[in-house]
Amino acid sequence: MAPTKTASVSGRKPAARSATKTSSKPAKKDFNGGIFAEFNKDQELTAYRDMLLIRRFEEKAGQLYGMGFIGGFCHLYIGQEAVVVGMQMALKEGDQVITGYRDHGHMLATGMSARGVMAELTGRRGGYSKGKGGSMHMFSKEKQFYGGHGIVGAQVSLGTGLAFANKYRGNDNVSTAYFGDGAANQGQVYESFNMANLWKLPVVYVIENNRYAMGTSVARASAQTDFSQRGASFGIPGFQVDGMDVRAVKAAADEAVAHCRAGKGPIILEMLTYRYRGHSMSDPAKYRSKDEVQKMRSEHDPIEQVRARLLEKGWATEDELKAIDKDVRDIVADSADFAQADPEPDVSELYTDILL
Amino acid sequence: MPIDILMPALSPTMEEGTLSKWLKQEGDKVTSGDVIAEIETDKATMEVEAVDEGVIGKLLVPAGTENVKVNTKIAVLLAEGESADSIGSSAPAAPKADADTPAATSDAAGGKARQSAEEPTAASDSKVPAQPKLDVASDPDIPAGTEMVTMTVREALRDAMAEEMRRDEDVFVMGEEVAEYQGAYKITQGLLQEFGPRRVVDTPITEHGFAGVGVGAAMAGLKPIVEFMTFNFAMQAIDHIINSAAKTLYMSGGQMGAPIVFRGPNGAAARVAAQHSQDYAAWYSQIPGLKVVMPYTAADAKGLLKAAIRDPNPVIFLENEILYGHSFEVPKLDDFVLPIGKARIHKTGKDVTIVSWGIGMTYSVKAIAELEKEGIDVELIDLRTIRPMDLPTVIESVKKTGRLVTVEEGYPQSSVGTEIATRVMQQAFDYLDAPILTIAGKDVPMPYAANLEKLALPNVGEVVQAVKTVCYK
Repeated sequence: MAPTKTASVSGRKPAARSATKTSSKPAKKDFNGGIFAEFNKDQELTAYRDMLLIRRFEEKAGQLYGMGFIGGFCHLYIGQEAVVVGMQMALKEGDQVITGYRDHGHMLATGMSARGVMAELTGRRGGYSKGKGGSMHMFSKEKQFYGGHGIVGAQVSLGTGLAFANKYRGNDNVSTAYFGDGAANQGQVYESFNMANLWKLPVVYVIENNRYAMGTSVARASAQTDFSQRGASFGIPGFQVDGMDVRAVKAAADEAVAHCRAGKGPIILEMLTYRYRGHSMSDPAKYRSKDEVQKMRSEHDPIEQVRARLLEKGWATEDELKAIDKDVRDIVADSADFAQADPEPDVSELYTDILL
Repeated sequence: MPIDILMPALSPTMEEGTLSKWLKQEGDKVTSGDVIAEIETDKATMEVEAVDEGVIGKLLVPAGTENVKVNTKIAVLLAEGESADSIGSSAPAAPKADADTPAATSDAAGGKARQSAEEPTAASDSKVPAQPKLDVASDPDIPAGTEMVTMTVREALRDAMAEEMRRDEDVFVMGEEVAEYQGAYKITQGLLQEFGPRRVVDTPITEHGFAGVGVGAAMAGLKPIVEFMTFNFAMQAIDHIINSAAKTLYMSGGQMGAPIVFRGPNGAAARVAAQHSQDYAAWYSQIPGLKVVMPYTAADAKGLLKAAIRDPNPVIFLENEILYGHSFEVPKLDDFVLPIGKARIHKTGKDVTIVSWGIGMTYSVKAIAELEKEGIDVELIDLRTIRPMDLPTVIESVKKTGRLVTVEEGYPQSSVGTEIATRVMQQAFDYLDAPILTIAGKDVPMPYAANLEKLALPNVGEVVQAVKTVCYK
């Protein structure tokens, strides 16, 4: 473990967990702020590939949306890839994942197939929900992915319930409930925080602070803009993490998950991240400057950071990275082909899956 | 192969737009994410980003062109080593602005794109499939000689929960005051002592939150019984009941649902006024993915609550504070489970049918005794389950009697009674000898004053009068 300088997210407090602690006592000693392990070669390559898959998948989804294959709402995860990839690297079999409607990245990170996700986006029978859920409502029991929820904040109570089930069963699994800076102002979030710490439920609340709740900046919507502190009145420890650096995310996730597995109750990780694209496909994103977006892309891109390290350390050549890129593109292209060729659900599906 | 760049749709409803500006010119190198053009829609100016890497080979639609249909080829991107010459004659000219067929069928769009939202496809062309019929079992036979025990609805509900908790370790009860306090209405009396705090969970006063926690636990496979101190407070939780519990099975393509029971007293108690006196039967009965049960007798309360706990679907179980203390005969059987979705003929008769449920039955039972004295023989059906509704039993009765009155306490507009009336009118019109009358609460928030409260609720006299009216007596 060597102290490492990380790229801090521009315009914010310096990186990661050195920044803040809550008043909660156990938190301080649980987190060794500011220090995290460098990734080894395998971890860097895994992170690179997994993040790239999400990036390319989302770009393709945006393209298919533009072509009319994907309908309704489509919220892209581009820019935030390090959050879910870093978190997932810390989880083990049986740990649950639940999130809101910006969910394609989470699904791919849990190992759900690109074909199944893309075919759901196009509303086809081979989609994870047989085409009946769409972008915002997808699930995989096999991968312990519990959605995909279109109601802002609902996943926080539901994710707390998943943790309740872990505690009830006496296993050491952890529930990870992702939500944004917008959802963090919903009342049920605090109802859930209260119960989670009252009952010491194993849940990591991952607040993906991408600075904008649709078009409203954090500063315009939140009285307390340090979301890591949002659990303070319930005694839940919370930490800010550089959500653009997958290593910082993974390190924070390791500690948070260990905290939960040890029976110490919930924990909050505020991921300082950024979404490059609009809120949804139809958002022209006029509420922020192009320079702001460009600066994040050019200076803090989560994938470029890993790529630069891989090259610098000689762990991969340009050609090897190109090969990964091609591999990822092939997976995405295949998923897009499948999602366009796969038939729509049979009409008989209209009345199925309503009751068991 | 050169890659076609198409006019993108940037909202669910966009069909065309103005290509206002090119930000890249022929010969420019682009990588994915680069903004290549700006388009204007009726709502906003949007940027078009490149999805692939390459060199802009040709701009096919000049800047400033209006009414460019979605999916028209607007540019061609060349990969490394390709030249603009390789762009074949397949590149179309700028689209005709007046063309009213969407360009969605261009090759590059794979032959099927935005049209799927606009034109009926093969699938949506087909007829709407018939709603499947639900097969519901009949009530189990009660063996001759079975001892009948008199007990209150309260005791029956408690026994049902206790029996199911003994039977299945995954069943637990959560809610306000369910454990230490023994239940605000003493329905969970003794459960904490038998099952302990792990399975009998006192919650903070936080309906929205604990309903969500319950649904999350159910999605993970547990079988929660969520008690609402009253269903009035469940309005805080109704988002999770409907959006999270009722819809998940469908939205997940059948992968996961929520085996959960939401139960508690529903409707008016006495003198608790508007915010604490509301019948939610009609509200929940509208939601696909829910079952809604509303028992009257202690036997039904027990048998149906046991069924609700075993049911893999979310079940709304509407009790009533006034009925809690009513006593009924309950068969003494080891495992008395009744089918959800089956009405019970409380009394057979030949002149007129009354359909009622829950507390509505109390008015109906008194009314039929009075009517009997006047020589009117009423068939009284206790619906027991509001959703799925046992309409066949109602229709069979109406075929016999030709007359129908419904009785409930809820508001009159869009009530359960009006739903029954509509469906009977549609499915048994030729059998009706009189208009269907629906007795309900009055169209007012529940008043506090005793005299007004009495007026706001249905009464026996109204039921008697309605029956006489449909009998033309």
